Amino acid sequence: MGAIDYQSRIPNNVHLSDDRRLQRALERWQPNYLSWWQEMGPDGFQTKDIYLRTAISADRQGWAHFDYVKMPDYRWGIFLAEPDPDREIHFGDHMGKPAWQTVPGEFRNVLRRIIVTQGDTEPASVEQQRQLGNTAPSLYDLRNLFQVNVEEGRHLWAMVYLLHSYFGREGRDEAEELLARRSGDEDKPRILDAFNQPCNDWLSFFCFTMFADRDGKYQLAALAESAFDPLARTCKFMLTEEAHHLFVGDTGLERIIRRSAELAQLDPNGDARAQGGIDLPTIQRFINFWFSYCLDLFGSEVSTNAADYFGQSLKGRFGEAKRYSEHTALGQSKTFKVLKDGRLVDEDVPLRNAMNEVLRDDYIDECGNAVRRWNKAIAKLGLDFELSLPSRRFHRRQGLYADAHFDPAGNPISEAEFEANRDTWLKTESDMEFVRTLMQPCHEPGKIANWIAPPRKGINGQPFEFEYVRFA
Amino acid sequence: MAANAAPQPPVRFDTHPDHYKHWNLTVDGAVARLNLEVDLHGGLRPGYELKLNSYDLGVDIELADAVRRLRFEHPAVRVVVVSSSLPRVFCAGANIRMLASSAHGFKVNFCKFTNETRCEFEDMSAHSNTHFIAAVNGACAGGGYELALACDEIYLIDDGSSTVSLPEVPLLGVLPGTGGLTRVVDKRKVRRDHADLFCTKAEGFRLRDALRMNLVDGGFPRSKWDERIGAKVDTALHARGGAGSEQGIALTPVSRTVTVEGAVTTVDYPSVSLRIDGDQRLAEITVKGPTEAPPADAAALHALGCESWALRAFRELDDALLELRFNHPTEGLVLLRTEGDPALVTAWDDALSGWREGGDWLAREIQLHQGRTLRRLDNMARSMFALIEPGSCFAGVLYEVALSADRSYMLDDPDQDNFVQLHAVNFGAFPTHNKRTRLDIRFLGAPETVTQLRSQLEPVDAAEAQDLGLVTLSPDDLDWEDEVRIEIEERVSLSPDGLTGMEQNLRFAGAETCETKIFGRLTAWQNWIFQRPNAVGERGALVMYGHPEKPVFDWKRT
Repeated sequence: MGAIDYQSRIPNNVHLSDDRRLQRALERWQPNYLSWWQEMGPDGFQTKDIYLRTAISADRQGWAHFDYVKMPDYRWGIFLAEPDPDREIHFGDHMGKPAWQTVPGEFRNVLRRIIVTQGDTEPASVEQQRQLGNTAPSLYDLRNLFQVNVEEGRHLWAMVYLLHSYFGREGRDEAEELLARRSGDEDKPRILDAFNQPCNDWLSFFCFTMFADRDGKYQLAALAESAFDPLARTCKFMLTEEAHHLFVGDTGLERIIRRSAELAQLDPNGDARAQGGIDLPTIQRFINFWFSYCLDLFGSEVSTNAADYFGQSLKGRFGEAKRYSEHTALGQSKTFKVLKDGRLVDEDVPLRNAMNEVLRDDYIDECGNAVRRWNKAIAKLGLDFELSLPSRRFHRRQGLYADAHFDPAGNPISEAEFEANRDTWLKTESDMEFVRTLMQPCHEPGKIANWIAPPRKGINGQPFEFEYVRFA
Repeated sequence: MAANAAPQPPVRFDTHPDHYKHWNLTVDGAVARLNLEVDLHGGLRPGYELKLNSYDLGVDIELADAVRRLRFEHPAVRVVVVSSSLPRVFCAGANIRMLASSAHGFKVNFCKFTNETRCEFEDMSAHSNTHFIAAVNGACAGGGYELALACDEIYLIDDGSSTVSLPEVPLLGVLPGTGGLTRVVDKRKVRRDHADLFCTKAEGFRLRDALRMNLVDGGFPRSKWDERIGAKVDTALHARGGAGSEQGIALTPVSRTVTVEGAVTTVDYPSVSLRIDGDQRLAEITVKGPTEAPPADAAALHALGCESWALRAFRELDDALLELRFNHPTEGLVLLRTEGDPALVTAWDDALSGWREGGDWLAREIQLHQGRTLRRLDNMARSMFALIEPGSCFAGVLYEVALSADRSYMLDDPDQDNFVQLHAVNFGAFPTHNKRTRLDIRFLGAPETVTQLRSQLEPVDAAEAQDLGLVTLSPDDLDWEDEVRIEIEERVSLSPDGLTGMEQNLRFAGAETCETKIFGRLTAWQNWIFQRPNAVGERGALVMYGHPEKPVFDWKRT
């Protein structure tokens, strides 16, 4: 086998063709990646032509190049945002020093852990979603699913690039492990729990892209502030792609909600289910489930790791450079509601130790904005129903609130009370059973399943009727 | 005047499996399972949460209790599987916030106690035909890995993320304090450079590397975990000769009466008394010898349960030593006395040794327990003087008490009988941490003396005892009172730190063992580090752990 033509096979802006170390690492890893994709990537569509966006360069024209491509031939590239040669560290204990272009030995382990944890979520979500193509409500949605999947694949590449380039032999080992773990596998589970949850229906998929991918956005944004410049630039570029995933989730849920409201209006008893749609209370239970799971992804409310990451200038706040004027986060505190003797009382925690919560705050705000938009759509159709986000304390498995029980408004309740209401608050087996009955493929151009409204516009200026996936 | 810390309730070591908060002990025939599931809010003291199966003294008191009960209540057990009931976490080691908020003396005693329990695992494996398997079914860090190291075999779950690690140096700037460093290189014989890599890598190694470096003996995926651990249990059970049929005895709580009168606290047990004199900074321990001859046969010994003198007295002595360590830190000198009939003591030694030789498990366990209690005595960070007076019974096993002391004074009074007496048990039944007898250590430069003493098993009086080297001094009745008083007053006036260091260096002459390294080398370095600003200064690593600022080190090496 001859040398690989790196530039065309693997579009990049990291001088791959001159980097022998990276070439050597990728030569071993790439075949394993492709077999992982064949084994664990989207089931049943590997030979189809999909209308996909491919990043072929990091500039404005290059990163959104659209064309038909078979997924295994997708050109997973390596892109970092353009470098700023004068970039200085702008928060934490190393503030004012030049950004690091290599990994400081002191932070090698902790940086590797951050990158591995982030990287592990990318292939995990592809695995979680691999069956969804078989039940897509339209070609438009099918194409969006695959777009999300190939880009999660590319995000894995981005993290693997960092591991290969900056972490030596251990980095190569970790890159192998990223392909060895499997979502939901008893023996080799993915690192984070939300990424081991099954995601077998499209309501769950949209919840996932709305809530879990949005956690991803906030994690990437916090890492885009990092003193380790290659990580910061990698994450910055990933964020441009992540925006589409969030769009898919947000509008997907909005379309189901809108359709649900329409069907409820049509039904003499106001029952969307009777009209073949998903009723709003069921949607609320799915939201409650996924939102609470995704809050766990931010980590413990009070966290030594979070304090270390900020202090070591490894991970900033959301919009650290632009939204804050004070960047040491020392001598400040954040107030938490803590459960003491059955009552919620305020407790102050040093701000650095509360960084997970600071990030979670921003995330919750943004999720709240989306819910307000959905409620407007419901109100516009004249229906008297409001969706809401449950309290951050509700149904948590990690952190400050994990050991107690709270209702969706955040009030402390007994375990018995929680269990008595569980099926009102969280998606049930029968909800999932019902949703699964609706999951019938609709693979004809211009057609769409009954339980979801069509999008307001298509992809890349194409109409909804466009043949986004060619079955021929 | 010494500053008093905030008053804390005394630490007590009584517990029972029915009251465990953190461990679950189940026994099924020849196999026992010890599963750790630490109660987050069940700490011994307020101010910290026991996250991720991290432990404090309370957790270890239960472990020590469980091990003790396995010996006496479940003697048919041949294999003990140590594992965790928490998902994805085996044990995260000693709780850091607990350590950071503890006074130095408490930390030292906590480490010493946990070390003694780890050594008891190994003692059981070596002498009680009990095999320990660490089934490490999740993350295993620091003291968690040290717990595993005390077992005969270690298996690590192969789930792509669980590791074994000793992160103390890179994360906290202190040492693994429960024998980790020693057991890695001495017991598991991990190559030195590999050990160096391991002990500086905070996140540790997953199965592949851990296996390559011999940090573990194997690993299995979760889906095969129970089955494969079960197979290891079967193999170990077979190697240990299969299921036993011994019937255990119940260990009832030690009976203890505490009386406080002014500066004097008295802790009375049926066969032991501990008197604490806060004004004089003096503790006095008196062990009462047996009042009756040993039972006629082993069956009668079993019928006595934990009330036989030989077991009860040493359980009480053990409890008194812990009481002294944890609840009375300023009494720097311990006077050791005995009361009773030396002939009855040696009669018990005869009986126990005979039954043990005949294969009786209870006699064996009682002698092993006596041995461990004597080692606990050797490990006291206190000066110890044995006072051998008329009416005492420093014979056989109780003569070991005098041998354990830093000095022994024997009254030479022509009007009163006063004897010490050797017994065969003094020549092998109670090795110290360096695997030698106290007599061998005492006569390290004259081993022939030990050989001669073997035929000297009659009672010897004070003058002869001094000639034979069995006591330090034998003042006569005219000098005794003043002599002893002055020695005591002088001793309690010296620096407690200087004395502790000196005594620990003098007590264990001869070649090192894993245990002497743990209690000597490792502990000494750890205690030095625990006092240094780099660990416990205002910006020390242990203090800053969990705080937003990072530690600041004084980079000078010594």
